[in-house]
Amino acid sequence: MQLSRQTLFTLALLLIGLVLPHFVYPVFLMKGLCFALFASAFDLLLGHVGLLSFGHAMFFGFAGYVTAHAAREWALSPELSILLGVLTATLLGLVTGWLAIRRQGIYFAMVTLALAQMMYFVAVEAPFTHGEDGIQGVPRGLLFGLIPLNDPLAIYYTVLAIFVLGLALIHRVVQSPFGQVLKAIRDNEPRAISLGYRVDQYKLLAFVLSAGISGLAGSVKALVFQLASLTDVHWHASGEVVLMTLLGGGGTLFGPTLGAFVVVIIQNSLAEAGSWVTIIQGAIFVLCVLAFRRGIVGTLSPWFAKIGIKV
Amino acid sequence: MAEDSIIETRDLTKEFSGFTAVSGVNLRIRRNTIHALIGPNGAGKTTCFNLITGFLRPTRGQVLYDGRDITALPPAEVARLGMVRSFQISAVFGKLSVLDNVIVALQRKHGLSFQFWRPSSVLNVFIAQAQSLIDDVGLSDYAGIPAGELSYGRKRALEIATTLALDPPMILLDEPMAGMGAEDTSKITDLIRTVAKNRTILMVEHNLSVVADLSDTITVLEGGQVLAEGPYDQVSTNPAVIDAYMGGAHG
Repeated sequence: MQLSRQTLFTLALLLIGLVLPHFVYPVFLMKGLCFALFASAFDLLLGHVGLLSFGHAMFFGFAGYVTAHAAREWALSPELSILLGVLTATLLGLVTGWLAIRRQGIYFAMVTLALAQMMYFVAVEAPFTHGEDGIQGVPRGLLFGLIPLNDPLAIYYTVLAIFVLGLALIHRVVQSPFGQVLKAIRDNEPRAISLGYRVDQYKLLAFVLSAGISGLAGSVKALVFQLASLTDVHWHASGEVVLMTLLGGGGTLFGPTLGAFVVVIIQNSLAEAGSWVTIIQGAIFVLCVLAFRRGIVGTLSPWFAKIGIKV
Repeated sequence: MAEDSIIETRDLTKEFSGFTAVSGVNLRIRRNTIHALIGPNGAGKTTCFNLITGFLRPTRGQVLYDGRDITALPPAEVARLGMVRSFQISAVFGKLSVLDNVIVALQRKHGLSFQFWRPSSVLNVFIAQAQSLIDDVGLSDYAGIPAGELSYGRKRALEIATTLALDPPMILLDEPMAGMGAEDTSKITDLIRTVAKNRTILMVEHNLSVVADLSDTITVLEGGQVLAEGPYDQVSTNPAVIDAYMGGAHG
C-alpha cells in the first residue's frame, strides 16, 4: 500500500503523541493539548472566516465550570459532564455570536470582549463557581463506566483522542462545502453577498462551532486539573489564545497547536520568573507580529508544500 | 410599458449627512439591453449601483425589479432574485483557486453550503461546469492557481465567469474596464457582448469608446441627477452633456 506523504506526516505526529507521555510529564502534555484544541477552535474563526473574537475565554472557562460542577455536585460521568460543558459553550456561542456578527473588525472584537467580561462577572459572583476558590477537587470518574481516568496514562490517551477528534472535526469543517463559503466570506465579504450568500448565517454557524469546540477543550481541562477557576474565564485567557494562534500560524492546520505548546512551554519553564513571563510573552508577540506575520507554521508551510505536505 | 423594463427606479434619493449623492433619479432599464451609466467622478453612479442592489438603503424613492418593490430587501436577497453585481475593485476570492471561485458560486443553489460535516470532494460534481465557464472567459490555463495571483484583466474575466455561474438575468458591472490595457479591454468588451445576448446589463464605465460600442442606452448623471438619456449618438451631441461632462473637449 502506498501512503501519501501527508498521511505519513500525520501518522508520525500521532506516534509522537502516543509515546511522548513516557518521556514527558503527562499533565503538562494534557495542558498543551487542551490549549491546542482551544487555539485551533479559535482559529476556525480567525484564520478561516477572518473574525477576531476577543472573548473566547468565556466558552473555554464556562464549559469548565459546568463540567466541574456536573462531575462534583451531580456526580455525573465524565462523558456526560463534558457533554454538558460543550452544550453550555455552544449555547453561549449562539447568543454571543448572534449579537457580535452584526459588527465587523474591531467592533466585533469589542462586542465579544464586553460579553466575555459580563460572563467573567457572573463567574465571580455566582455561588456555584465558588468565586476566587473555583471548583476544586473535581472527580475524574470512570469514562463510559469503564476507564478509570485517575490513571495518568488512561486520562492522557483520552485527552489525546479527544484532541485528535476535535482537530479532525475542525479540519473537516474547513475542508467542507461550508468551509469553502467561509473562505469566500473571509476573502471578500461583499462579493459573497452579491453572489446571494446570507453571510451572517454562515458566520453564526462558524461562531457556534468554534465556541462549542472551545468548550470541549475547557471541559477536558477541568477534568485534567480537577479544577475550574477564574483564570480560564479571565480576558487574559482570551488574549493568550490570540497569541498562541498568531505565533503558531493562523489559517493553518497545525499552527495553533504548535503555538499553544510553545506558549505553555514558556509559561512552564519560566514559572519561577513570575511576572517576567508576561513580559517575555509580550516580546515574543511583538517579534512575531513584526517578523513572522504568518506565524511559525505559516512561515514554514511553503517549504512543507514543496514536499507535498500541507501543515 | 412596465413589462418592457426589468429595473425601474422612482425618485431614487440618497443623502449622506447633508450631502445628496443621488437625487430623484428615475431610471428604466429595458430587458435584454446594455445600459450604461456615465458621468464625472462623484456623479452618484456607484451610489446608484449600491441602492439598486440593496447594499445601501435610499433616503427616499423606490427600486422595482420585474415590477416588484425590492427597495427594502437585503443585498443577498436581491442577488437571489437574479440580479448580480460586480465591484469597482475586482471581486475575486483571492486565496481560493480560480476553479474554486466559480464553484463557490455554483454550489450556492444546491443546498450544500451549510454542510460542514461533508468533505469538499462532494463539490467535485461542479468541476466540469466550472471548467467550461472558465474556458468561456479564456482562463483555462489558470484553473488551479489562487485567484489573487491573476493579472487585473484576468481577475475581471474570472469575476464574469463567477457571475455567469449563477446564470442571472440581470448583471451590474461597476467599471469593468478600469485600470485595463487595450488588449484586455477589447477581450472583456467581446465577453460582455456575448454575455448580454439574453441578459440585461447595467454598467458604470468611464471608457467612452467601450460605452459607445456596447450600450443600447446611456444615462448621464451629474451631481446625483439625470442630465441626459438616450442612445450614444443622441447623448454625445447633447450640448448640456458636452458642456458638463466632456468639458467641451469632445470631438
